[in-house]
Amino acid sequence: MADALIIGEVTDGAPSSSTLEGIAAARGLGVAQVAVLLPGADAANTASAAIAGGADAVYTVTDSPAADGEFDALVDAAQAAAAQCGARYVIGGKTLTGRDVMPRLAFRLGTALASDCSALELDDTGRLVATRPVYGGNAEASVACLGNPAVASLRPKSVDALTPDASRTGEVLPLAFESNVRTRTLERVEEAGEGVRLENARVVVSGGRGLGGPEPFESLRELADMLGGAVGASRAACDAGWVPSSHQVGLTGKTVTPDLYIAVGISGASQHMAGCSNSRTLVAINKDAGANIFKEARFGIAGDWQKVLPAFMEQLHELLG
Amino acid sequence: MTLHIVVTAKQVLDPETPLSAFSVADNAVSTAGNIPPVVNGYDEQAVEAALRIKEAHGDARVTVISCGTDFALDVIKKPLAMGADELVLLQDAVFENSIDPTMVVAAVTAAIRKLGDVDVVISGRQASDWDNAQVPLGIAESLGWPVATIGRKVEVLDGTVRVERVLPDGHETVEAPLPAVVTVSNELGTPRYPNMRGIMAARRVQPTVWSAADLDIDGTAPAFELVSLKKPERSVQTEMITGEDDADAGRKLALRLREERVL
Ligand SMILES: Cc1cc2nc3c(=O)[nH]c(=O)nc-3n(C[C@H](O)[C@H](O)[C@H](O)COP(=O)(O)OP(=O)(O)OC[C@H]3O[C@@H](n4cnc5c(N)ncnc54)[C@H](O)[C@@H]3O)c2cc1C
Ligand SMILES: Nc1ncnc2c1ncn2[C@@H]1O[C@H](COP(=O)(O)O)[C@@H](O)[C@H]1O
Repeated sequence: MADALIIGEVTDGAPSSSTLEGIAAARGLGVAQVAVLLPGADAANTASAAIAGGADAVYTVTDSPAADGEFDALVDAAQAAAAQCGARYVIGGKTLTGRDVMPRLAFRLGTALASDCSALELDDTGRLVATRPVYGGNAEASVACLGNPAVASLRPKSVDALTPDASRTGEVLPLAFESNVRTRTLERVEEAGEGVRLENARVVVSGGRGLGGPEPFESLRELADMLGGAVGASRAACDAGWVPSSHQVGLTGKTVTPDLYIAVGISGASQHMAGCSNSRTLVAINKDAGANIFKEARFGIAGDWQKVLPAFMEQLHELLG
Repeated sequence: MTLHIVVTAKQVLDPETPLSAFSVADNAVSTAGNIPPVVNGYDEQAVEAALRIKEAHGDARVTVISCGTDFALDVIKKPLAMGADELVLLQDAVFENSIDPTMVVAAVTAAIRKLGDVDVVISGRQASDWDNAQVPLGIAESLGWPVATIGRKVEVLDGTVRVERVLPDGHETVEAPLPAVVTVSNELGTPRYPNMRGIMAARRVQPTVWSAADLDIDGTAPAFELVSLKKPERSVQTEMITGEDDADAGRKLALRLREERVL
């Protein structure tokens, strides 16, 4: 039995950040027992990491397509785990996997998903109340979940993971279930990005439609390299084919929370800001003084990036030696 | 056998509406002035995907399904003008546009069952109003059909659908047996513009209209109760950096970031 079930994921041999954030969110609800579903090969190690991260029980899945990340089998596994633990709250992440698995799980459990939530809490009757940005971030909704269980997915990085506590103990429970894989992966192509990973970068330099073409992104790359950062982009720049879509920051792209985010030639549409507004310091360079991005930036220059950027980089060069 | 493709398309507030014209009051969103609604952007991509399949396949038919309470006919007919064959409007007061996707899933699922011979459903990855990103997945679960999400390329082969999915750092190809549900993303490419002939043809098409009673739906258990809807609060003190010219401002920015120990 558990009060909350986290639909976890394993990345690079450890519980993913979304898993640890989900556990922290469940602990934040103040419930007694938190279980985690963690499909993946190295079950013993990942389970102990999840327990150190705040879980009381871990359902492991090793010998199943779910362990290889097949969505169909993951939905089956999640449904079985939900039935077995009887949790009232089921929480996942809005990750690549969560985008597919969580809505399906919710419908299988007879409800719908509170998707892409920025905060979760319980009201005084124990209903899960989810806060969700909607209309691309131009509005914010709070909904009380009526389903039992309540099913929600969390926007990445909206909750801090707990500090791992290696002295915590918990149960490890191998999960038995039937799976039926119909959508099969034939081929996966990883496009290894250059340099620092966008999601983890301390500095992100992003370009938008205002850059006017692919070449200026080389200057952004140079600036990012100077600061040990990564290059991001708006959807407009990706759609134009100037940079691969793996660079897209925003609602339907990546969520980044760097110390410094520099937006160049980006208007600041809410769907873009959804992916970067939790950056510690946001800097905007845009020639339109009325651009929305200046409402959200800590520092702004209303000017032409073609003039601003070279001088900024030159000065930086001097400062950084 | 004619391949029957259903595209789901939602009429939404134009997401390009300037923020100054966008207001949130009394737990509802509205726009000032006469800003017409649009077909959800990803759904235009879904129409494009369907038309590409139709062209490749030859013997195929594209039916567009839209669910709502009230439609701007010239807007919701755009998929027809692009080249779709039929339009089915699921129109009823109980299909009000809400944050809860339960009713829409029930209605569209019932309509697909009523059509009877559907091979593949193509949807957008998410609607730009409530950003739920789940109606197509709910339809797939309700019908018991396989699903492939966030496609940038969709092909129908012999009894299967093959989808190239966009990944955060790459792409993958998946395959599912028909009937199946597929969602598409903007990486599919710009949807075609309707040409004059398409626009004229669309004018002549009379949409089929089905009510909740026609679909045998008498209520679904709601998933959510709306507690509040408001404009998000932002609390940033913006410091605009100026100089003698743009280059000077650029230099000052670097100095200011150093001063603030951001660098
Ligand atoms: C459902 C949905 C999901 C979406 N998801 C995302 C997402 O994940 N990420 C995302 O980014 N977008 C997303 N979008 C698109 C978003 O709404 C905007 O259309 C997009 O972010 C605009 O990109 P942009 O700022 O580069 O372009 P624009 O809005 O065209 O802005 C370009 C800016 O460049 C400035 N500029 C031009 N020339 C110069 C110059 N020489 N110097 C300085 N500035 C200059 C202009 O003043 C302008 O402000 C989504 C939209 C929808 C409907
Ligand atoms: N009312 C509706 N009518 C037709 N299709 C819809 C409706 N709502 C959602 N959809 C489809 O489901 C996709 C995802 O929407 P959503 O789950 O609401 O974000 C959309 O891109 C549409 O293709």
